[in-house]
Parts: sequence; C-alpha cells; structure tokens
Amino acid sequence: MSLTPGPVGRLIEELSRLPGIGPKTASRLTFYMLRAPEAQVIALADAIRGLRAGTVLCSTCFNIAEHDPCPVCADQERDRGLICVVEEPLDVLAIERTRRFRGVYHVLHGALSPVDGIGPDELKMRELVERVRSGGVREVLLATNPTMEGDATAMYLARQLAPTGIRVTRLAMGLPVGGDLEYADEVTLGEALEGRRDV
Amino acid sequence: MPNRERLYRTEGIVLKRNDFGEADRLLVLITPEFGKLRVLAKGVRKLPSRKAGHVEPFMRTQFLLARGRDLDIVTQAEAIEVYPGLRSDLGRMGYAFYMAELVDALAEEGGESQALYALVAETLRRLSSGDQPVLLMRFFELHLLDCAGYRPELQRCVTCGVKHEPTAVYFSFSEGGVRCPRCGEGVPGLLRLSLNAFKVLRYLQGNDLGAISGLRLRPETDRELQIALQRYLVWIIERNLKTLGFLSRVHGGTPGT
Repeated sequence: MSLTPGPVGRLIEELSRLPGIGPKTASRLTFYMLRAPEAQVIALADAIRGLRAGTVLCSTCFNIAEHDPCPVCADQERDRGLICVVEEPLDVLAIERTRRFRGVYHVLHGALSPVDGIGPDELKMRELVERVRSGGVREVLLATNPTMEGDATAMYLARQLAPTGIRVTRLAMGLPVGGDLEYADEVTLGEALEGRRDV
Repeated sequence: MPNRERLYRTEGIVLKRNDFGEADRLLVLITPEFGKLRVLAKGVRKLPSRKAGHVEPFMRTQFLLARGRDLDIVTQAEAIEVYPGLRSDLGRMGYAFYMAELVDALAEEGGESQALYALVAETLRRLSSGDQPVLLMRFFELHLLDCAGYRPELQRCVTCGVKHEPTAVYFSFSEGGVRCPRCGEGVPGLLRLSLNAFKVLRYLQGNDLGAISGLRLRPETDRELQIALQRYLVWIIERNLKTLGFLSRVHGGTPGT
C-alpha cells in the first residue's frame, strides 16, 4: 500500500525519468510544486506543453527552431557559402556565443557510433551532401566533437564530400584557455604543436 | 577483488563509453588483472577536464581508480599509447570499433585476462601502424576465441577424433571445431572450408602475430575465412554485430572486409 496520493506519485515517476534526476530529487521537486504558487506551477506546465507543439526542425539546417526556416537560415546577412556542421543543436548555441562565425549551420543530430549501431542513415548526412551539391557553397567546416565518434563522422563526411571538389575544413585542435601544459594529453598537445602559428 | 585498498592502479584500454549524468562518462575497459571493468570518469565532458584526452576509446591508459559503492571512479588517467593511426584513417578506425564490440561481448568481468589484454594491445598497435588490416582481423578473431574459451579444434575431427588429412573440411559451430570429410560431407548446418582456408586457419592459430606479416592471401581465401570466423562469433555471441554494417560502408560493399 502506498502512502503517496496518485497524482503525486505520478509526477514523481515522470520527473525521475529525466536525465540527472533520481527518485529523491523527483520527490523533492514534486513536494516543492505542491506548495509553490499556483501560477508558477501552471507556467511550468504550459512551458512543457508548448515545448513540443511550438518547435520544428528547420528544413534547411535541421536545427530546432520556432519557425521554419530558423532565424539563422532566414538571416540575409549570413554567409550561405560557409556551412558549419555540428552534432547537436546545443553546439550551434556554443558557436553562436563566440560571435565570430557568420556562416550557416547543419545539425547532424548525433555522431557515427558503430558500437551503438548509429550509422550514416541515422544522421542528417545525406541531406548535407544534397545541400552542398545544390550549389552556392564554398566551404564546409566540420565542427564535430574531437572524440573518436566525432572524428569518424568528420572523416566519413569528408569522404562523401570529396567528389564535389568543395573545400572541407575541420575545427582546429589545441589547448583550452586557462589550461596547463603539464596536464595536456599528448594528442591535444601534438595537434597544438602542429597547428602553431606566428604571433 | 584481491585487495581492499580504496585506491588501486591498473592499466586498461577503453572499449566503449557512454555519456552519464551531466558531464560524466561511463567507460568499459579491458584490463589485464580485472578483465572487463566498468568505471565512472567524472567531469570528462567538460572542456578543461584533465582526464578527457586520456580516456578516449582505443587508448592504452594507466588508471588510478577509487572504489565506489557501485562503480569505481577514475581519479587519475594518463595515456601510455594512443595509437594515432586509428584516429586518422576511417577504415582502421572501423576495425578498432569492430574489435571493441567483440571484446566487450566476449570478455568476462572480474577475471584475470592477461592474454586477452596483450592480444588487444598488440593488435591495436599493428592496426595503427598499418600492418595488413584484413589478415590482422582474422588473426584477432581466431585468438580472441582462444582467450574467451572457444578455441576451435582444428587438429582432430570433432566427431571421430581422427587427425585431419590435408583436405577440405567442415566447420561445425555447435561442436566448436571442424569435422573430417567422412563425418561432415552432406551434413546440413556445417560450413565447408576449402583446403587452402583450413591451412591458413591452422597456421594463424599456431603462430603469433609476427608470423602474419609475410603472409599473402588470395581474396577468395580471405573471404572464406572471414565468413567462417564471423559466423562462428555471431553464433557464440548470439546476436548480430552492429559494427559490421559500418565496416561494409567504410570499405565499400563487401561486409566486414
């Protein structure tokens, strides 16, 4: 026999499915919401409801947006000849924060991971190749993560794009700001040495 | 576990890793002393992580681990060997993924596995330096079967026990070896191996990795061996291998070569 009333138990169960939230945190959040002002709780519920109904995938870059095309693809100031390829929508936000990139994006929604059965067909790869083939593109910048899967994805794409003859670049690798040479791993440090530049 | 110290040291190769929580990763390692080991690497998805560059797949790394309640936690990690050739070549990287899937499926947790560990490390080293990858994979598959306790019997017929003559033979997965033509011909469910393929198989089983560098196979012999070994592996693991599809795309057409 359970002491928690049905609706409380249901919310705890739903919350504890979220990443990073265990049953303890879920019950704490649930009981917080029981006591919180009603308007706040309703606002949260609306926000969750609106999340799926109010978002679409941009049909050009496959980023998550309110409207199709997304603001970046719709922006006439953006350089459409330069496509930055990233794994996840969050990576677009990270690159936008630098304010140094004026091109457009292409979101793959993942990286190749043979061990998990994620192959080229599970990602937006064919769409990228078609987009590049349809013309007007000068350069494709592969900004996948510097992990084994990200590297595999970049190499696979580079191979797919080779026949188009368009310039394909990869994000540089090097040391993080505030880092310490002593603790740098040899791959990163090696890449940083190779990619050194004049000051 | 042999000792109850809170911190312990081991070498290991990362086979697989999954994101875990906010910025952590769950690693599956193969180690010489503890077999397959699942450990938690905290914070490695954050950029300034001091461990991140040392816990990527297929790196040979020295780990310092702290015993956790459920999972042991990586407190320090330093790469010993990074096999750079795997990161720069899609084909070789594909083979490394394939090896990782096989080892993950066949290695035991908690048991000592010196021979298996040495086999993985040595095969990755040669794969990285570009040593005939196709033959290397056949050697790896055959010796991995050895380490996992599924060494195929190639000396005597698994049915009548008579020593094999130099003829074509019949591979029986359920008996874990090959039958002579008298016991095997016409029996359904067996895989015929040509004399050539059988010879190569025996040669690979009886030699160490150094011996394969002088060997050259005809494409059809290699194809035969690949089918035999991969089907035997799938039969043992009891599920299809996810990396084979990727390999066939990377290497163009022929599955698993």
